[in-house]
Amino acid sequence: MTAAGDFPASQDAAPAAAPRRRLLEQDWRKLLRASAILAIAQVFIGLSGMPVSFDRRLLIDPILSLGYLSLLWLPLAVSYWVGREQVLEGMTAYARGGRDVLAGAITGAVGNAGLTLLVVGITHFDIRDPLVNWSPQLLGILEFEESVWLGALIWPAIGAGVGALGGGMHWASSRITRTTVIVLLSVFGTAVLESVITDLSQGFHIEAVSDWLYGPKRGLTYPAAIVVAAAAAAIAGGIAAYRAFLARTASTSGQLGIAASGETSANRVRWRRIPVRRLVGFALSAAAIVVLPLFLGRLTNELLANVGLFILLALGLNIIVGLAGILDLGYVAFFAVGGYSVAVLTSPGSPRFDLEIPWFGALFAAMLLAGLAGLLIGAPVIRMRGDYLAIVTLGFGEIIRVLLLSDWLSGTFNGAQGITNIPGVEVFGLATVRGFEPRSVLYLVLVFCAIAVYVSWRLENSRIGRAWMAIREDESVAEAMGVDTVSAKLMAFVTGAVLGSFSGAILSAKVGSVFPHSFAIIVSIVILVVVIFGGMGSIAGVIAGAAVLIGVLGGPNQPGLLQEFAEYKILIYGALLVWMMLQRSEGLIPSVRRARELHLDEMNQDAWLRAQVAADDAGGGGGGDRSEGEQP
Amino acid sequence: MQLTTKQRTKVDWFLTILRVIALVVICAGFAAFVAQMIDSQNPFARWANPDAINLTGEQFQGLVVTGLAQGAMYGLIALGYSMVYGVLGFINFAHGEVFMVGAMTGAVTSSKLAEAGYWESSFVLCLVLVVVLSMVVCTVTAVLMERVAYRPLRGKPRLIPLITSIGVSFFLQNSVLALLGSTVKSYPDLPDWLTDKRTFLEIQGSKILVVVVAALAMAGLWYLVEKTKTGKAMRAVAEDAEIASLMGIDVNRIIVKTFAVGGAMAGVAGILWGLLFRSVIHTTGFLPGIKAFSSAVVGGIGNLGGSMAGGLTIGVAESLGPLMILEPLGVSGPSQLRDAVAFAVLIIVLLVRPSGIFGERLPPEERT
Repeated sequence: MTAAGDFPASQDAAPAAAPRRRLLEQDWRKLLRASAILAIAQVFIGLSGMPVSFDRRLLIDPILSLGYLSLLWLPLAVSYWVGREQVLEGMTAYARGGRDVLAGAITGAVGNAGLTLLVVGITHFDIRDPLVNWSPQLLGILEFEESVWLGALIWPAIGAGVGALGGGMHWASSRITRTTVIVLLSVFGTAVLESVITDLSQGFHIEAVSDWLYGPKRGLTYPAAIVVAAAAAAIAGGIAAYRAFLARTASTSGQLGIAASGETSANRVRWRRIPVRRLVGFALSAAAIVVLPLFLGRLTNELLANVGLFILLALGLNIIVGLAGILDLGYVAFFAVGGYSVAVLTSPGSPRFDLEIPWFGALFAAMLLAGLAGLLIGAPVIRMRGDYLAIVTLGFGEIIRVLLLSDWLSGTFNGAQGITNIPGVEVFGLATVRGFEPRSVLYLVLVFCAIAVYVSWRLENSRIGRAWMAIREDESVAEAMGVDTVSAKLMAFVTGAVLGSFSGAILSAKVGSVFPHSFAIIVSIVILVVVIFGGMGSIAGVIAGAAVLIGVLGGPNQPGLLQEFAEYKILIYGALLVWMMLQRSEGLIPSVRRARELHLDEMNQDAWLRAQVAADDAGGGGGGDRSEGEQP
Repeated sequence: MQLTTKQRTKVDWFLTILRVIALVVICAGFAAFVAQMIDSQNPFARWANPDAINLTGEQFQGLVVTGLAQGAMYGLIALGYSMVYGVLGFINFAHGEVFMVGAMTGAVTSSKLAEAGYWESSFVLCLVLVVVLSMVVCTVTAVLMERVAYRPLRGKPRLIPLITSIGVSFFLQNSVLALLGSTVKSYPDLPDWLTDKRTFLEIQGSKILVVVVAALAMAGLWYLVEKTKTGKAMRAVAEDAEIASLMGIDVNRIIVKTFAVGGAMAGVAGILWGLLFRSVIHTTGFLPGIKAFSSAVVGGIGNLGGSMAGGLTIGVAESLGPLMILEPLGVSGPSQLRDAVAFAVLIIVLLVRPSGIFGERLPPEERT
């Protein structure tokens, strides 16, 4: 089940000598299981109402809506999984071929029969009382607004087609597979990014591009989709060729077994050897980030500002969870402290204090208060066991929300009505940042993001950063090595809290009001998902995670690119969290050290295998003395 | 134990101060409460809270009974947390959602039964049916959850299954939202003989029913764990999984059974929620889940009797605390703070006695 399936060593070595497998020599039990899982999942997706509520959003103008896509992607994924064989050491690797295609097709067809059952079920029974989506609208989508017969028969056919494609991905060479995936993703991406691209082309006064790309109903037009696909294929092909060229020139040690893994690591080394290139890339992207907002419209700037707020939050939580390994589920408390301190100090509407001090002064106070909150919450919990700590911090987060909401403290925080009329940010008389000017907010957010990235980056490689990582790996060993674990952990809390309070302070100036319900537990959870999805302890990962998740799906109270997802956001966040933990617990862009911690066994195994191959080569292929292999 | 060998640091002093503050607040609140009970014009009570009024005996009894009934429910949920923690050593955060699934199942089936007219005519039979159905659904949910999300993570660092369970929790919660909609599902009206206050000692019948059902479920669980072979195997796995497997116990199977039993208890608790509050939505499971976890910690995690006692403690504290501690101190709107009180109890117990009131029972490597 783990990463052993894509063991790098054997994939390229196998085909030469691998025996063929008969077409019907299937692992029927696995097929049956996959089909059953697929059928249940498809029925679940149907009944969750996704096809109905996503149907309005077209991706490719007349033919594909997001609703249908929600029913198509799973057969592809499951049939790909069915075709995948686990090639472990000592087992025979079979040649890939028509068998995989057949397996995929069968799985897709049988699995999609679940939808057939759904179609028949909806036409004959009415159980709309508990299941709200057991509706004629769903039936209409499932039978393509035609007849029941069409609906019942077409889904297994579609499943077989998509499944064959999924299974066939194993048959094709890995380059073709990769290109296909890139093409599909880029078409999907272009369709999803519709509002950003339209915005951009308006900013650069090239509306013709977006007019040509997108039809009247926001979907890609036919020819545009084909052109985007072709362009993506060309670029992917180019990159692959370039990589192959690099690998050929770089690794003269082209040993059979480690060709695949050698390629990537050689690549990485190369990049590190040329810091100038990185520097240029960094400067270019920084310039782009600074200039781009000028050309973007309100919506996109607003979206990016939200992403930035979550990057700030996630970078703060990343210090606590990612670096120090403390699972803080009440991180929203610091967000709330930042937001409410600014609100109370700056707003003329705040019930108790009538200070109306400028935003930067309030920010300073918010930082102090958040640091204090970090100490107060951190001190009682740092001695607790990791999992108790999680629940207790969750409790603190909830206590703070309940207190903000309560009548008792409504003299200061105004209870459920919240504090409104928070003024914008006066930047030293130069400019004013206000919520209704998303561009100015975005610049403010970018400044703070830059500060947070710099702080995280410097901290990561500092003395305290190494102490945090030591604590994360093994607390008692760290203590034995002379790390003052208590103060290091408190430092993590305080630093994370201060970064979180920035975000809260900006939020209250941006929105102009704060309410207790903006600081619910779900905010903590979403930030946690962002950190984990991106990669715990990795700054680039956290930024990428926030951009993808918050940008596409949206935050707990903020819409993303796919506004249709609003009701299903948290569902998807939950599923994503589980899937990430099961499949790739180190995240999208893992920090090297973290990945090493999590996959120590597999890495050892890899190294051992590599040593074996090397020993075999040295010994002229005779594998007789394997038993005394130097196991690391 | 560590404190004796280590120097007391600033954090320890800070914790001591926190403990003292907690104690002082509780004592002051309680003293003010006693003062206002003696005479609401008492100068001490007036000083603490200018509008002090004394609770009548009837109100007091009502609060205690409500607290006990809710506490019994928390206790049943807490058993699931406690058993899983004992066997696998991680907090199954999603257990509260299993409870919610049970309450939902109960709401759907009981309203269907009421539509068909059986709920009125043969209430006891219907209740048994609903409880059994809810237990089955919850057991299936819990076992599936274990199979899909937790089994592949055996042997990973402890925080990984915990994070996974948070994901499972939000997935379950929002699946129910997506499948069943966001409307409040309500239970049909209970028969008159249960809602009448005159049943026994002026206590509402439904609350007695809740306590009785909880006691029955607890007795069943006690029998399972203490008297059967499966229970013996469960205790063995909780003691030391590795040695248990050497003794020929199928550890995976026992873990599945543990999840199943915990799920069944959560199913019963779900119906009790329905009887007490009569309405369910998809977020119902979250707070009771946390409170039940607090109960398990308060009673000593891994300790089944302790979980039940912890549940009763949390239930009563949550119901009495706002009026006995907070209101005498002049906090306005104290019953809004009941959730905060439940969390405060958890924090105070962990500060004062981290292993719970009745002591935890955990395998050696989990003990601290």
